[in-house]
Amino acid sequence: MRDIRLLTRMFIPGTLIGPFTQANPGLGGVCTFVGEVRHDQGVEALELTHYEPLTLPGMHDLADRAFDRFTLMGLLMVHRVGVLRPGEPIVCVSAAALHRRDAIDAVDFCMDHLKSAAWFWKREKRAGQWHWIEPRAQDHSDLARWQS
Amino acid sequence: MVLLGKLADLGGAPALSLAGPLDWAGLKAALPETLSEAIDDPRVRVAVNGALLADKAALQAGEDDEIALLPPVSGG
Repeated sequence: MRDIRLLTRMFIPGTLIGPFTQANPGLGGVCTFVGEVRHDQGVEALELTHYEPLTLPGMHDLADRAFDRFTLMGLLMVHRVGVLRPGEPIVCVSAAALHRRDAIDAVDFCMDHLKSAAWFWKREKRAGQWHWIEPRAQDHSDLARWQS
Repeated sequence: MVLLGKLADLGGAPALSLAGPLDWAGLKAALPETLSEAIDDPRVRVAVNGALLADKAALQAGEDDEIALLPPVSGG
């Protein structure tokens, strides 16, 4: 079961994870990561923009690579775009597999790539002003973990 | 033409309409100076009709093509 989506409205991860788990009967384990907008000092909102022709196809390509690399039964990958408030879920990745290591590693793999290499641009609003978020060195080292 | 991330700020709008055909030099000449300089950054990628160019300097875009200027993506 494969479910890859971009969402423009607030979502409740539990409403996705329950049906996803049910859709993979016989699984041995399911691993889920939910990312939320941090309550960083002074941050009022986070806005994610994407580029339609690249962003969702890029997520499908990432899912293909996760299925190639790990032995998975199912993969759920959902990412928000638009304006989010601190505390709102921004990303949810869930992997179902026969064995835990595949599920856990697939989620870690997808998250590292979503954070550093997917076509999203983020800006945050502080004191009423928008500021673009630049790439971080940490993102490159996160990706390098998977290059062996 | 679609401008992503902070390039939209430099261009003054998330989308601009330019007369084609355009090559890389023609595109740069048609853009505001700060944006034109910013897109020389080797990390800025260019897509035509949703397909990334391996070499943006080889850009060839016609009247109805959509050019996207893509700055490096934001990290975590």
